[in-house]
Amino acid sequence: MTSLLAVLIDGSIYASWLFLVAAGLTVIYGVMRILNMAHGSFYAIGAYSAASLVGWYFNNGIGPAWVSYLMLVGAALVAGLIVGVIIERGLLRLMYGRDEILMVIITYALLLILEDGMKIVWGVSPYFAYQPYSELGRTSLGLLKVSNYDVALVGVSALLGLGLWAWLERTNQGKVLRAVIHDREIAVAMGVNVKLMFTITFVLGTTLGALAGALTAPAISVVPGIGIEVIVLAFAVVVIGGLGSIGGAAVGALLVGLSRAAAVHYAPEFELFVIYGVMSLVLAFRPEGLFGRTLARKI
Amino acid sequence: MKNNKSKFSKHLVSGVAALALAAGAAGSASAAENGKFRVGIVTFLSGPAAGPFGVPSANAAKVLVEELNKGNLPAPYDKIGINGAEIEAVIIDEAGGATKQVEEYRNLVQRQKVDAVIGYVSSGDCLAIAPVAEELKTFTIAYDCGTPRLFADNPDAQYMFRTGLDASVDNIGAVRYLAATRPDVTRLAGIQQNYSWGQDSWADFTAAASALLPEAEIVEEQFPKIYQGQYGAEISALSVKRPEIVHSSFWGGDMEALVLQANARGLLEDATGLLTCGEASFATYKDQAPNGMIIGARGPFGQFAPDNELNTWFKGVYQNAYDIEPVYPATKMAQAILGLKYAAENAGVADKEIPSAEQLSAAMKGATFESVSGTVEMARGNGHQAMQGITYGEYHYEDGVASIKNAVSFDGECVTPPEGVAAADWIADGFPGAKCN
Repeated sequence: MTSLLAVLIDGSIYASWLFLVAAGLTVIYGVMRILNMAHGSFYAIGAYSAASLVGWYFNNGIGPAWVSYLMLVGAALVAGLIVGVIIERGLLRLMYGRDEILMVIITYALLLILEDGMKIVWGVSPYFAYQPYSELGRTSLGLLKVSNYDVALVGVSALLGLGLWAWLERTNQGKVLRAVIHDREIAVAMGVNVKLMFTITFVLGTTLGALAGALTAPAISVVPGIGIEVIVLAFAVVVIGGLGSIGGAAVGALLVGLSRAAAVHYAPEFELFVIYGVMSLVLAFRPEGLFGRTLARKI
Repeated sequence: MKNNKSKFSKHLVSGVAALALAAGAAGSASAAENGKFRVGIVTFLSGPAAGPFGVPSANAAKVLVEELNKGNLPAPYDKIGINGAEIEAVIIDEAGGATKQVEEYRNLVQRQKVDAVIGYVSSGDCLAIAPVAEELKTFTIAYDCGTPRLFADNPDAQYMFRTGLDASVDNIGAVRYLAATRPDVTRLAGIQQNYSWGQDSWADFTAAASALLPEAEIVEEQFPKIYQGQYGAEISALSVKRPEIVHSSFWGGDMEALVLQANARGLLEDATGLLTCGEASFATYKDQAPNGMIIGARGPFGQFAPDNELNTWFKGVYQNAYDIEPVYPATKMAQAILGLKYAAENAGVADKEIPSAEQLSAAMKGATFESVSGTVEMARGNGHQAMQGITYGEYHYEDGVASIKNAVSFDGECVTPPEGVAAADWIADGFPGAKCN
C-alpha cells in the first residue's frame, strides 16, 4: 500500500518536472515546426542563472528565504528572454522556411555552442542553490517523507499547463497563434504578423525551458551537461504526446512519470527501459503520438 | 586584377599555413630535445567529471609542477624538476570516450613526444590505454581509475602502472568500517549509477558484507541512470524499506544531488549514508549533508591523508594557489607525479638525463616510495599496482566548519587481495591471509 502511494506521489512529481521541461519544446515545435535540440541548453542556462543568483543571495545573507523563490522565477524570465530574443533574431530568423532536418542540425550546432559558452561563463565546478529546496521542509506520510518543494512543483506545473491552455484557447493572441499553427501561408494572407508570432513563441519556449531549469536547480548540483541529459527525456515525452501538443505533453509526462515510478518500486531492473518501452508502444499504435495530428505532406 | 588578388590570397594562405606547420613541427621537435622532461597529463577538463575530479587534479598537477621546477618540495623530492630536468606539462581533456583518448594518447606520444603520461579517471579509458601504452612503449601512470581489470586484463604489462587503488578496496574497506563501528547493522541498501562502476562496487560491497556482517540483509538496491539528477522515486523506494545503511558509489553532481534530496526527505536521518567517493565533495556539502554520514576517499587521500611533511607542504601550496583544501583526486594526482619523479630519480641515469621508458619502468616496478598519502608500495599487479590502506570516517558540519570524526584506517594487507587473486574470489573465501590491525 505504501509502495502504491509512493508510486502515485513519485510519479506525479516526476511527471510535473517532465512537463516543465517538455512544455517549451512542444510549444516551439507546434508553432514553428522547429525540433529544437538546443532546448536542453535553455534548461541549463536557467539552472545556472538561478543557482548563481540564489547562491549569491544566501551567501551574502541579504534577506528572507521567500525572496529566493521570486529570484528563481526572475532569473529564468530574464535568462529566457535575453537568450530567446538573441537566438531568434540573430540566427533562426535567417533560417525560416528551410527544411525541418536542417533546423535540427542548426539547433544541434547551437546546443554545442551554448554548452561551451556556459563553460566559459560558469566554469565546470558545481553550483548550488539548495536553500529554497530545504527551506520548505517535508511532509510525512507514514514511512514516506515527501519534500514540500517537490509537491509545490506539481502545483506550479499544473498552473503552467492551465495557463498555456488558456492562452492558446481563450485569448485573441492564442487564436492568432493557432491560425499560424494551422496554416502559416493563410495566416500571412490574412494579415497576421507571423514573424512577430514566431519571436513571441520562441521566447516563450526558451523561457519555459529556463524556468524548468531554474525550478530544478535547488534540488540538484548544477554541473556541465545537465541540459544534454534532459533533452532526451523531453523528446520522449513530446513524441509520446504528439509533437506540438500541450495536452499531449502533459499526458506523455504523466505516462512516463507513473511508469518510471512503478518500475523503480516494483521492478528496478526495468527502470532504464520503461520510458522508451512506453514510447515504443505508443508509437507502434499511434506513430503521430497520442495527440498528434496526421498531416498531409506537401509535394 | 581580381585574378591576381585571388592568386595572392591563395599564396598568402598557403604561406601562412606552411609557416604554422613549420612552427608546430619545430615546436614538437625542440620540445622533445630541449632537455625538459615532458609529461602528458590527462584528466577531465569538461563534462560532468571535470568539477569533482578533473579540475582538482589538473590544479594539483599545475601547482606541483611549478613547485617542482623551483625545487621547493621537501626531501626526498627537493631536487629541481624531475632528476634535475625542468618539467613541461601538456594537460589535455579526458572527455570524449575511449576511442578519442586512444587517439589523444598516440598524439601525446608520437607528436608531442612526451616522456611519460599520467592520467585517466575513467576505467574505460584506462582499459583502452593500457595496451596502447605497451604498443608504444611509453611509461604511463593511471592515477585514479578504479577498475580491477586493469592488470587482470594486462598481466604482462611493462609500461603501465597505477598509483591509486582499485575499486574493490573501496568497498571492502567500507564493509570493514561498518564491521568495526556498527557491527550490529542488519538492514543494508544501496543506490548505484547503472554502469560498470556502480554495478562492480555494489557486487564487491554486498559480497564483503555477507562475509563480514553475516546478520545483515540487503533490503533494497537501486540502479538509476548515470547523470539522472532526480532521485525522488529511488529515495522513496529506499525509505519504505527502512534501511540502517544506504551505500552508494555515486560521484560528482549525481552524488551531491542524491545527498541533497535524500537529506531533505529524511532518508539520511533515518539511515546512515555511506559514500565511497564522498570526500570529493567535502568542501561543498556544508549543511546539506547530515552529521554522521560516512565518507571515503578511495584510499588515504584528501581529508584522510596523513599529517606527514609532504602532505602538509602540499596542502599548503594547494590552498595558497586555489583557496580550497585539496580533495582526494588532487592528492592522487600529486601521488602519481611523485611516483614518476621517484622512478626517474632512481633509474640510475646521470643528473639532468631523462631516463628511457624502460629505465622508468624498471625503477617503478615493485618500488616503495614516499608520497603525500604516506608510504606507497607497488606491491600488486606484478609490481605495477600500488597497495595502500584505506580510511573511512564520518562527515560533521558544526559552526560553519566541516570535519571528519571517528575515522578508522585499515592496512593495505587488510583490504587488498593477495597477488594474483581476484577480489571476488578473495571475498568469497573469507579474506584468507588478510592482515588487519
